[in-house]
Amino acid sequence: MKRKQTSKVSLKRLLQDNSVPIMFVLICLVCLPLAGYSPAYLLNELVTRMGRNTFLILALLIPIMAGMGLNFGMTLGAMAGEIALILVVDWQIWGIPGIILAMIISIPISILLGLFCGNLLNKAKGREMVTSYFISYFMNGVYQLVVLFLMGSIIPIMHSTLKLPRGYGIRNTVSLLSMRQQLDNLLAINVGGVKIPVLTFLIIAVLCLVIIWFRRTKLGQDMRAVAQDMNVARDAGINVDRTRIIAIVMSTVVAGFGMIIYLQNLGNFPTYSAHTQIGTFSIAALLVGGASVERASIGNAFLGVTLFHMMFILAPEAGTAITGDSMIGEYFRTFVSYGVITVALIMYESRKHRAKSQTGYLLALAQKEEEARAK
Amino acid sequence: MDKTDMEKTLENRDLMERFSFASRFGLPRTIIAGFVLLLFIMAPIVGADLTMQVGNVINRFSWNAVLVLAMVPMIHSGCSLNFGIPLGIIAGLLGGTLAIQLGATGPVSFFIAILLATPFALLLGGGYGWLLNRIKGGEMMIATYVGLASIAFMCMMWLLLPYTSPTMVWGLSGKGLRTTISLDGFYGGALANFLQIPIDPANGLYFPTGAILFFALLALGMWAFLHTKTGTAMTAVGSNPLFARASGINVDKMRLLSVIMSTWLGAVGILVYQQGFGFMQLYMAPNNMTLPTVAAILIGGAAVNKATIPHVIIGTILYQSVVTLTPTVMTAMIHMDVSEVVRIIISNGMIVYALTRKVKGGSR
Repeated sequence: MKRKQTSKVSLKRLLQDNSVPIMFVLICLVCLPLAGYSPAYLLNELVTRMGRNTFLILALLIPIMAGMGLNFGMTLGAMAGEIALILVVDWQIWGIPGIILAMIISIPISILLGLFCGNLLNKAKGREMVTSYFISYFMNGVYQLVVLFLMGSIIPIMHSTLKLPRGYGIRNTVSLLSMRQQLDNLLAINVGGVKIPVLTFLIIAVLCLVIIWFRRTKLGQDMRAVAQDMNVARDAGINVDRTRIIAIVMSTVVAGFGMIIYLQNLGNFPTYSAHTQIGTFSIAALLVGGASVERASIGNAFLGVTLFHMMFILAPEAGTAITGDSMIGEYFRTFVSYGVITVALIMYESRKHRAKSQTGYLLALAQKEEEARAK
Repeated sequence: MDKTDMEKTLENRDLMERFSFASRFGLPRTIIAGFVLLLFIMAPIVGADLTMQVGNVINRFSWNAVLVLAMVPMIHSGCSLNFGIPLGIIAGLLGGTLAIQLGATGPVSFFIAILLATPFALLLGGGYGWLLNRIKGGEMMIATYVGLASIAFMCMMWLLLPYTSPTMVWGLSGKGLRTTISLDGFYGGALANFLQIPIDPANGLYFPTGAILFFALLALGMWAFLHTKTGTAMTAVGSNPLFARASGINVDKMRLLSVIMSTWLGAVGILVYQQGFGFMQLYMAPNNMTLPTVAAILIGGAAVNKATIPHVIIGTILYQSVVTLTPTVMTAMIHMDVSEVVRIIISNGMIVYALTRKVKGGSR
């Protein structure tokens, strides 16, 4: 009897802890028959999107490990990746070598941007998320300055196909035709009409292994210590500020690689808007997978990318089927991605608030007890 | 007893700091004020019409000032910068669309719109304030996403709500609101045309006396409120919540009141903006109002926990000057239209600066 009750309680907790993924499974189940896609098409889309997005989402894990919350500044890495791609396209280095070169070029840019972001975040401890959110907007302005005005006038761009007719600045769309899906098609296998980009998944697997390995290194342990309590970590001889900067730099570099993988799959990119929504969608996907602001695992990333993109594929069609208006579904999925982040943030903050008041309450109790004893 | 030398030098340095211009006025505010001054000096040199530019700045000030004023109560009560202003804007949009739907026309419709927006503002502001009381310390991030989520939610609602007024819905399908609704014949220019003074009538430039007066009225009201007992209590909650609670102030109630006030002012603010602009913008448009509003009050010298009416006025003038003058002046000077980029960098840079600065309190 007693045992039954505990299992009931744990089931309730299981439901509570995974409420967001369960809600998404339900949304997908409702949308699935309404959208009316064939399973083969759906699976194909899903596998493509997993290959495209997972790397980017994994970039978020390290700052969470260091207790810095959701790194909205991953957009900085995405911008570094885009600048690298523009340069490589201009130098006309095609195919896999082009992709690899772009990744190499993105590293110094990402490190520079990561250092900038990390240093600023150290000045804003306790509100890293909102600061990184606005740093990404600020950097978007700088990115536009560089790409729209300095490229072609100061930074040499050789090919006029890339430039705006006025002679400087990059066109609104950059074509990556020469490297389109090169990474995905190499070693790709076809299973029952579903193309599986094996190489892309291998790269993602390598990154997962690196993250697992990194957690066990000295630096990884330091990061976890910093996340637990900055003051204790400092007393233990850890350079807190440096550790936090490293976490952000690593996240930025990974995001840069992720953006290159993402864009080679798409085959072209809107120069000035490709990165604007990347942060929101990656973070929403991670949260849908059951992650929270202070805890996220590789499993959350995979579950999240599956569920979130399932919703993304289904919502427009299902919305059209229900209301007869295709825009409803579009707005619905924007609403859901913002809504999921909102709910996760509220849950995180209210838990923190509750924990704080509970410690205060306990402290007051202890004090009262001591006073009573003194009497 | 004489003071030691050490104390004297310290005092001197303190005095110097107090009187040094940059520290008194705030470094970024000095830089931006200098930039604006440079723009005004350059304007006649590059051949822009200075009268017209000044007139434009005044007009834009009259559109935006109330929205910026909406930041003040929440900053005062310690709820930080109100990135959740879209909620107020949504209340205003609901009021405006309902006023037109119910057949109100002419300048009176402006006041009907405010009246209709008020219950929504109270409701949304109340819920929002209740939420913010549960998550003290994390207001800004959550406010940002509450704003974004509610805008996306309203995008669906604008399509689904049963509006029928032919001036507002899509002509072809007869349902779903348009993205931009002209306010001609409704409350377009309702305030601005009141007692307007011509500056350059040939170019359609007038001094919007009514709108400026309306702002002055609200600003005066805000100033007076902040000096009442409730207003002082609100400021106390913002500067030291523990002290405020110890002196018997209900912290949560004060914060809730400030959020409701901010939301209502946001609703009025967007209606004032629309009457000046002449159009109502729905769907994702409220998104573009948040940043300029927050940036403006920060440029004015406010910090995340301190804001005054002069901050609102100075900030709005400086920000709107940058927005109005950079396109004409910079384009003429370097033959590149960098205005949009300058705007993005200044407004976001300002917010990042405010979030990362250590000192408490704003510049005087």
